[in-house]
Amino acid sequence: MTPLLYIFGLPLLGALLVWLVPRNYRFVIRLIALGSSLGALVSALVLFYRFDLQQTGYQFVTHVPWVESLGIAFHVGVDGINLALLFMGAMVTFAAVCVSRHIKEREKEYYLLLLLMSGGILGAFASLDLFFLYFFHELALVPTFIMIGVWGRGERRNYATFQITLYLSLGALIALAGLVLLYLHSGARTFDLVVLTRQLQEQPMPADLQHLIFPLLLFGFGILVSLWPFHSWAPLGYGSAPPAVAMMHAGVIKKFGLYGLIRVALPVLPQAAWSWVDILSVLCLGNILFCGWVAMRQRDLNLLIGNSSVAHMGFCFLGLASLSVAGITGCVLVMVAHGLLAALTFGLSGYLNQQTQTLEMKDLGGLWQRMPYVGAALMMAMFAGCGLPGFANFPGELLVMFGAWKTLPMPVVLAAWGALVIAAIYMMGAVREVLHGPLAPRWNQAQDVPGWWAKLPYTLLLTALLVFGFYPPLLTRTIEPAVTALVRKAGYDVPLPAKAKGRATAEKAAPSLPSLQR
Amino acid sequence: MNISLLSLEILVILLGVALLVVDWFTPAAHKRWLGIAAALALLFFFGLSFLQPSSLPQYAFGHSYVLDDLALFFKRFFLLAGVLVLLWAVEFGDRLRGGVAEFYALLVFALAGMMFTASANNLAMLFVSIELVTISFYVLAAYQRQVRESLEAGVKYLIMGGLASAFMVFGIALIFGITGTIEFEILSAKMAAKSSPAQQPLFQLGMLLLLAGLGFKIAAVPFHFWVPDVYQGAPSPVTAFLAAGSKAAGVALLLRVFLHVAPLNVLRWETLFIVLAGATILYGNLGAIPQSNLKRLLGYSSIAHAGYLLMGMAAFSLAGATALLYYLAGYLFTVLAAFGVITLVLRQTGAEDVAALGGLGRRSPFLAAILTLAMASLAGVPPLAGFFGKFLLIKAVLEQGTQATAFYWLAGVAVVGVVISLWYYFGVIKALYWGEDAADMSPVEISLPSRVGLVVCVAGMLWLGVLPEIPLWLAEQGAMALGL
Repeated sequence: MTPLLYIFGLPLLGALLVWLVPRNYRFVIRLIALGSSLGALVSALVLFYRFDLQQTGYQFVTHVPWVESLGIAFHVGVDGINLALLFMGAMVTFAAVCVSRHIKEREKEYYLLLLLMSGGILGAFASLDLFFLYFFHELALVPTFIMIGVWGRGERRNYATFQITLYLSLGALIALAGLVLLYLHSGARTFDLVVLTRQLQEQPMPADLQHLIFPLLLFGFGILVSLWPFHSWAPLGYGSAPPAVAMMHAGVIKKFGLYGLIRVALPVLPQAAWSWVDILSVLCLGNILFCGWVAMRQRDLNLLIGNSSVAHMGFCFLGLASLSVAGITGCVLVMVAHGLLAALTFGLSGYLNQQTQTLEMKDLGGLWQRMPYVGAALMMAMFAGCGLPGFANFPGELLVMFGAWKTLPMPVVLAAWGALVIAAIYMMGAVREVLHGPLAPRWNQAQDVPGWWAKLPYTLLLTALLVFGFYPPLLTRTIEPAVTALVRKAGYDVPLPAKAKGRATAEKAAPSLPSLQR
Repeated sequence: MNISLLSLEILVILLGVALLVVDWFTPAAHKRWLGIAAALALLFFFGLSFLQPSSLPQYAFGHSYVLDDLALFFKRFFLLAGVLVLLWAVEFGDRLRGGVAEFYALLVFALAGMMFTASANNLAMLFVSIELVTISFYVLAAYQRQVRESLEAGVKYLIMGGLASAFMVFGIALIFGITGTIEFEILSAKMAAKSSPAQQPLFQLGMLLLLAGLGFKIAAVPFHFWVPDVYQGAPSPVTAFLAAGSKAAGVALLLRVFLHVAPLNVLRWETLFIVLAGATILYGNLGAIPQSNLKRLLGYSSIAHAGYLLMGMAAFSLAGATALLYYLAGYLFTVLAAFGVITLVLRQTGAEDVAALGGLGRRSPFLAAILTLAMASLAGVPPLAGFFGKFLLIKAVLEQGTQATAFYWLAGVAVVGVVISLWYYFGVIKALYWGEDAADMSPVEISLPSRVGLVVCVAGMLWLGVLPEIPLWLAEQGAMALGL
């Protein structure tokens, strides 16, 4: 048993145990949830520590045949890319369980679903088999639906639950069609990602097939990441979800689509990727600028954070669209940073909502006086969201811009403007409205987070943001080699001038690249 | 003649007769036990089915009856469905004014008919066996004669079913007229021959009429009109058996006729089947959205599932037929779980609205969890049977995409259908956990046999979803009998 299996195995085992425990043993149920998520986090730390930087390829691999006649196997392993994501996912899971103490209604179901959800998504990040990649991700679907419906807030939560479920299923199914087509046309007759990637890099698919499959993966996975204009499920869904679900979903599950693009679409469909980057770079501006602008207009703190989270995803897409080592490394870094940040902000807004029963920003104000800890944490989170140096988002966004600058100058300028100006406007506006100004007498009873134990999840997330912000090599030294290998093998590392020209005429540039030759 | 091949059918028919006879000596208070005994007997026969020799096809009654892997697959399927449906029928018994034992016996006779369909090897056998199923269902659908909807269901099923039978028998007459035979093997040889009658207009018409008759049984568009009313009006166990058993019987015959005897490609009906599958998926799913009656909703959803099954037919490949059989197996457990919960929850209230499930999550977490799993499986969410079945079907259809782009469109329609279906399936889940409380919030009583039955259904859903190797192998063995 490698620590990798524990990372997603423990939450799933926890879910099973919670199911077996009678519902009135509430303390035991909470203990199981906490123990299994802590176990996952510790396993992730061990994995991070034991990860061999010198070694290329996947480590901690487990391979068990499942349906041999179809070429499906339970195959898990890590390289630099999913190592970072697994670590972030395990941390957010633990934080999400910690902030769930206020749940008093139907605790058994709540923790069962939460653990199922986190086990599912962590399993997806660990999987190296297309079938299991999809399978684990879908495992999180029903829990999300029920959790938002039962423990969510707001009058529109019914609408939100259905919207989020339908959108995500549609995205997942479109992606599934793409994955199945990859399987059928690879010639390898296996769902094993490693074999499939190797096979397709040695013998690339015909261009017309690539152009058929890539959009399926791009838009299928794109919908899962709330790619503009398919993003409308996200803000409302997060706005209505209980804090832990918003943390898990915005922080971790949403990253699955990007992960799928990096892991599956980019390595094996290079020709199609070249021709779609222009469209992708326009769409990601939609995320950054349009959703940023929408965030400015929000009056509800959760909706603001939700929209800002969609805007951040634009950066990730920009990094992907650059098809460069720096850009994609930046993208993974932003994924990790944003995962921690989204969990932190949704956790804090959830706490505010518990204390005030509202997240309407005009009703709040002056809360820093009553809640110095929450105020400081929220302020720091907002700074991180603006891309302030010192937080993990900064190096990520910087790398994305470096990567994209050579190939996509115009989108980068606009994105930088969107990120710096627009994000600063709404983030700082929110800080002012919620934390500063006079304290309304009705919030006199509001209390700051009590005790170190309750502060732990926020502190952990913030610490991670700061550690990775001040010392980004902790992540980049694991991510970058994996990304470099990916980019090399797919033939994206064309000399820069050729690349700049080559995007329009990818066919012409292709002959100079061995892996693009057919 | 090899009578021993028919041992399962003979046992089932004897069981039906025995039920009728033992009923004379059974006091009214103990009739419940007749149903349970019958279910146990069927379970025993299910076990016996694994002793049947298969692999090589064997014939009886001058080649009108065949026992091969496909037939055995379906016989096991029907027996298992019979066991579970009888358990639900026992729970339902107190709502029947007519004889309870006769109700059980009719279910068993319908089951015998289904088992014969699985082995039908000529057109006469096909017709007689499917009629045995249908005629039993005419009575069963109207069995709650004090309830108007039940009578309406019976009459509707009778009229539409009669019409479909007439079409079918007319089709058979045409086929016989053109080819001079009703034997599947001779027909199949004639199809393969150079001067095949496949393209002759009258033969095509005959096959079309046969398709209409079988399309009626599986509830495919445009032969689906009876479904919503009959599903709604018939007693719940009967609806369950209609959804699982009767549909599968139609599928068994469709498979044999259109993939083996007169294959789609010889008839040049590939496009027809693609269109039928797509239209059925869309119609069923769209029709289910506005439904508030749970059984009616499942009726429309059953139309949609007929469409998914037709996808497997349309793919016209071993993978397609395997996927179809696999899907059907998953559908059996899932739909029976759903109807099991419906039978238990709605028996006191009599109301069958989705709203009547409100608060079930607190009233009976066990039943709510099972219905949630059933809905998720019907919708195709992992790790349940419905997911793997849909995955196999979509894969089989996409595999054919290189031959005709229409297959890509069919896969697209299937994907859209799944997304639409989430709307109403998850609507049921919503009612369970955060819908408005139902008028009656007392805990739901569940007898031990029902509990066991429901657990079996869930185990089946999970087994097919999580450990698909063995069922996939079984389905593939069955599909290989078609010689694709």
